[in-house]
Amino acid sequence: MSDVVEKTLTALPSLLSLDPQPGSAKLSSTSKLGNLIRGITELTSKHEEEKLIQHELASIKDQVSSPNTSMRQMKELMVRAIYCESLGYEASFTYIHAIKLAQQGTALEKRVGYLAVSLFLNESHELLLLLVNTVLKDLQSTNLIEVCMALTVVSQMFPKDMIPAILPLVEEKLNHPKEIIRRKAVLALYKFYLIAPNQVQHIHNKFRKALCDKDPGVMTASLHIYLQMIQENPEGYKDLTASFVTILKQVVGGKLPMDFNYHSVPAPWLQIQLLRILALLGKNDQSASAVMYEVLDESLRRAEMNHNITYAILYECVKCIYTIHPKSDLLEKAAKCIGNFVLSPKINLKYLGLKALTYVVQQDPRLALQHQMTIIECLDHSDLIIKRETLELLFRITNAQNVVVIVEKMLEFLRVNTDDYTTIDLVGKVAELAEKYAPDNEWFIETMSTVFSVGGDMMQPDIPNSFLKLLSEGFDSVEEDRKLRLFAVDSYITLLQKEPGKLPQRFLQVISWVLGEYSHLKDELEPTVVLKLLAKLLDMKHTSSETKSWILMAMTKLCEGGAEVSVVREVSETYSSSMDTVLRQRAHELQYLSQDSELRAKVLLRDNGLRPLEVDSSLSFLDGFVSEALAAGAAPYKPPHQRQEELAQAKALSLEPYGLSLPMSMSSCSITDRQSPTLLSMSSGLSGDSAEISHKGGSTSLKLDGVKRVWGREGYLPQRAAVEEAAQVEVPCTLRSPSQQGDADSSHSQTPTSTPTPTEPDPEKQQLASLFFGLSSQSSVCLMGKPEPTPHRFRRKAKGVTDPTSSSLISTPSNVEKLLCNNLLDSNIASELAVSSAKQITELPQGLKTASCDVEAELTDIADIKQNNPSLIVDNGIVAAADEDPDRPKDLCLISHLPAELSELCHSEITPLCTIQSLVLSACHLQKEDSLVLAVFISNSSDSALQHIVLDLDSEQLEVSCVSDSPAEDFRGHSVVVYQYSLTVKRPSIHVSIEGTVSFQLPGEAPQAAQFSYKLPLTIFIRPLTVSTEEYGTMWLSFSHDTKQNLTLIGDGQEALTATLNVLKQKLQLHVVEIIGQEGILSCRLLQDQPCLMHCRVHAGTLAVWLRSPVPDLPDCLIYHCQRALQEY
Amino acid sequence: MMIKFVLMVNRQGQTRLSRYYQPVELSRRAALEADVVRCCLSRRKEQVPEGHTSCGSAAAPLRLLSLRPLCPQCSFVEYRDFKLVYRQYAALYIVVGVTDAENELSIYELVHNFVEVLDKYFSRVSELDIMFNLDKVHIILDEMIQNGHIVETNKTRVLAPLTALDKMADG
Repeated sequence: MSDVVEKTLTALPSLLSLDPQPGSAKLSSTSKLGNLIRGITELTSKHEEEKLIQHELASIKDQVSSPNTSMRQMKELMVRAIYCESLGYEASFTYIHAIKLAQQGTALEKRVGYLAVSLFLNESHELLLLLVNTVLKDLQSTNLIEVCMALTVVSQMFPKDMIPAILPLVEEKLNHPKEIIRRKAVLALYKFYLIAPNQVQHIHNKFRKALCDKDPGVMTASLHIYLQMIQENPEGYKDLTASFVTILKQVVGGKLPMDFNYHSVPAPWLQIQLLRILALLGKNDQSASAVMYEVLDESLRRAEMNHNITYAILYECVKCIYTIHPKSDLLEKAAKCIGNFVLSPKINLKYLGLKALTYVVQQDPRLALQHQMTIIECLDHSDLIIKRETLELLFRITNAQNVVVIVEKMLEFLRVNTDDYTTIDLVGKVAELAEKYAPDNEWFIETMSTVFSVGGDMMQPDIPNSFLKLLSEGFDSVEEDRKLRLFAVDSYITLLQKEPGKLPQRFLQVISWVLGEYSHLKDELEPTVVLKLLAKLLDMKHTSSETKSWILMAMTKLCEGGAEVSVVREVSETYSSSMDTVLRQRAHELQYLSQDSELRAKVLLRDNGLRPLEVDSSLSFLDGFVSEALAAGAAPYKPPHQRQEELAQAKALSLEPYGLSLPMSMSSCSITDRQSPTLLSMSSGLSGDSAEISHKGGSTSLKLDGVKRVWGREGYLPQRAAVEEAAQVEVPCTLRSPSQQGDADSSHSQTPTSTPTPTEPDPEKQQLASLFFGLSSQSSVCLMGKPEPTPHRFRRKAKGVTDPTSSSLISTPSNVEKLLCNNLLDSNIASELAVSSAKQITELPQGLKTASCDVEAELTDIADIKQNNPSLIVDNGIVAAADEDPDRPKDLCLISHLPAELSELCHSEITPLCTIQSLVLSACHLQKEDSLVLAVFISNSSDSALQHIVLDLDSEQLEVSCVSDSPAEDFRGHSVVVYQYSLTVKRPSIHVSIEGTVSFQLPGEAPQAAQFSYKLPLTIFIRPLTVSTEEYGTMWLSFSHDTKQNLTLIGDGQEALTATLNVLKQKLQLHVVEIIGQEGILSCRLLQDQPCLMHCRVHAGTLAVWLRSPVPDLPDCLIYHCQRALQEY
Repeated sequence: MMIKFVLMVNRQGQTRLSRYYQPVELSRRAALEADVVRCCLSRRKEQVPEGHTSCGSAAAPLRLLSLRPLCPQCSFVEYRDFKLVYRQYAALYIVVGVTDAENELSIYELVHNFVEVLDKYFSRVSELDIMFNLDKVHIILDEMIQNGHIVETNKTRVLAPLTALDKMADG
């Protein structure tokens, strides 16, 4: 027995026999609880513990069910049961008795009953319903202590559905004369807000009353609610900024009663809470920030006392200063503060300093530069968490210049690290950095190899996934792609020749895929060599059957007949009788394909990366299955990264349940990307993720434009040789006071070595200063707010067929718009520019003759987009006039040629399509409720009749059908014929175009032909779709194609959502189905009957939009137009 | 940002008190606690407590050991995707699991505030006080932390409901 336990035992009797101290329990050493505790302290092994507790549980079970047990005894039994449970042994038979104790006990017994309930049950436990009546009774009790207990338990856990039953009682308590009751009532409401925010929506004004309560405790309690609400919608509470500032001022100024002090610091945790709220309110808001500067300054000044708790406040203060709109002198003070933290010998402070620095460098990378020596020292710190936090910091300041050193440091840590979570996290970060900033192919492949070796089978599967995707899709240069792949092949062959047994399965899978796919790139490499290496892998004991199937696949790709057949035959024979059906399948495939080279060539296309495969990336063929499973109650799919995020911030989620009428699975689906579970599929999920990350980075960065630079030293650490740096890196050590800094600066310029340095940094550390390459003031300016200064080496190619076109579409019209605004009447320039953009868009080689026609159509298109801006339309008219000189009345004339049923409809501008000799073609479109009509006018201005007029229209995206009776093939001079076409969308695209040819013959002349094109925005095909919320719900689930994006809100405050949705309704004809709180649902259809649903939610000042449709690409196109519509507004 | 759990564990790794603010299944708690304790205890090696003659006893009053660590150690540990903040009092460790965004130092001081409250109530609190009055320690903790958030730190107010209950029992 350990001497510790012995001492305890000797102390025990004397302690128990002592006179009970005030407040301490009067327990006899013979009581059951005393026995249990003694038993527990005497334990020496897990086995003994189990025996003791099982015995204890049996004894408790006997007693709780006995009718003779008094409430006092019951209380003791509960405490014993709590003990058993806290040691990990379930005592579920006592749960019901805990509820009974809360119901029937008095005073402490009752409280213990409630306590046991809150410890034993979770919030969804069905027994909790039995508690509702007890709570209800206690809330109405005249005994304040009982009211208190009831409120306490309510603010810990309460069944969501029963809130309405007690809500009025709790609300009533907000006016109670006792502060403790008011405080607890506020906390209970906070709980309700957390689990069911819409249930307490109507009492927001009461929260305000609580905030203004004369008692500081009640006010403090209300801050929990405000922090939560402001997190969700900072815009809604800007008016309270001044109030929070006043409160903080009073707290900091020591206006609270003395008993709120902790070690003579006034209410530190309250200060921290207020600083968090202020940070949220001041973020990206200059006017709100301005209100705070004074109190933040005071907080910094007051918190100079040397105590941990003041440091905790300082940390929060610094974070706040760096979150809100910047003010230079505050930033200076905050930076100094961080410096003190980082340099502190106290390790907890150093940690907090690093954490603050990690937060701050995202806004100002130069601060890291200032502390570079300290950071380098921290990298070698004996304490793992300091190292870890330092790596986190380095990750944030990585750029193309320092990536090699930083990644090396991370890998170093990884090699000695034993904690799985850290490994998974760091490996992901290394992979991200490698992909973003890789300086060359060799480094990239080698780094990824280390990632795969170290990350092993624990790492997120999307790392190998995205690596292979990167290899297969390639980049902009074909030659670079080849080199990269070749290097990968080389490096993997070497690895396999060494000790493949040590490589993790995931890595083997990557290797086999790469070898299978690309080893043919290396001419001198015999397939037999690769095959033999792969075959060796198959024979290894530890190779999993999943890996084996990858290997067999690779072999199938490699086997081209010839010498290697013997190796292959042996392998396929071995595995064709495998117990594993997948392996057996692969083996058979290998066997057949190796024998039939013709079939093989058909099945395994080489270089299929060049030709995009048609892959249903959304797996829409599974939709039926998925919706069935969802209907049967299955949990919706969440991609791994989201699951992790949820784990990390589980509490922050699910705070906003959907309105009652929506199907419940919708809220739980929340924001999921459709991600294909299989490796190598062409899913778009991954690229979506990276976009998200970069977006995040962008939004959190603070714009410091125009802020005085205090620490940045011009030209500091530009990319010089490491030798030169040796002299330079010493300087930061001495940069503790501004005056010294000045000295260092001046002395540095003359004789760097004369700088007084406390310690001579060793050369290795000096070299490490290259960590901070690229952080010098010049490049860091670009780091802020603007896109990455260095081009990413591995920029992904845009995927799919539509993407490149759509992106060029987004940019080109704006060019043309600019043109229009500048009103360049010189038609030559206009057409030249427009031609180039038009070419980009259609990507079709076109003759010069038709090019000018394109210009027209393009311009009309802009007119369409700008429909609400009459001045632009006029501009457009002028531009068109310069080229074509159409007289206005002609338009009216043309319209008069429309059939009566069409002339009533609103029509677009009549656009000239092309002119060929005396023939003028023009067109307009007319919107009908259920269709879109295109009218093509052909006017013959010559005297003679035209013959054999043939008009052919065709479109990739549209279904074009002729509706008018085909007019006569010949027609007289000076007349107009109208062709009518009905258009429906075949394949949605942001803009759709129609190509056409017209041919005719003048009497006695050769036939002539001309080409033209006509472009239309997709928006004109959109019609409102009226559905009920319920129908919306079922439809939503059954649609497979979706997209998500954050859009800017129009206006602010509570009305922003409605205002924004109204704009969308007006401009795009979307139907607003319902608006519930901060969410709205809309629907529309694309002609004819292709529905598209939209779900919007106001989140963090933006509108998170999610579109779903059964039609591929429709959501993407629609989101583009929504964005346009809102921008133009 | 929030508190995930509060644990009181002795040096042998026995749990004296556990309070979870996020649901964790009972079956997983023991393993988690053992793991957490291992994480914190493993960092203690280089520390030599002053006057360690009495600190092993459960009856010893809980005071913050004035450690003269040979090698200073951070009181914060990374554990899975969150952080542990721990503080040692005699043979008892108080470990708080917090999310990454939480201000660790403020939690570190919260722990001390909690011990000060216990000290005030039990007058020179010891590990045995905590064991014999598990229910009351829980009641005190419930006043201070709810739903993973700090709700009261004023010592008098934290103790008010419990003192009232004691008076009721006496009277």
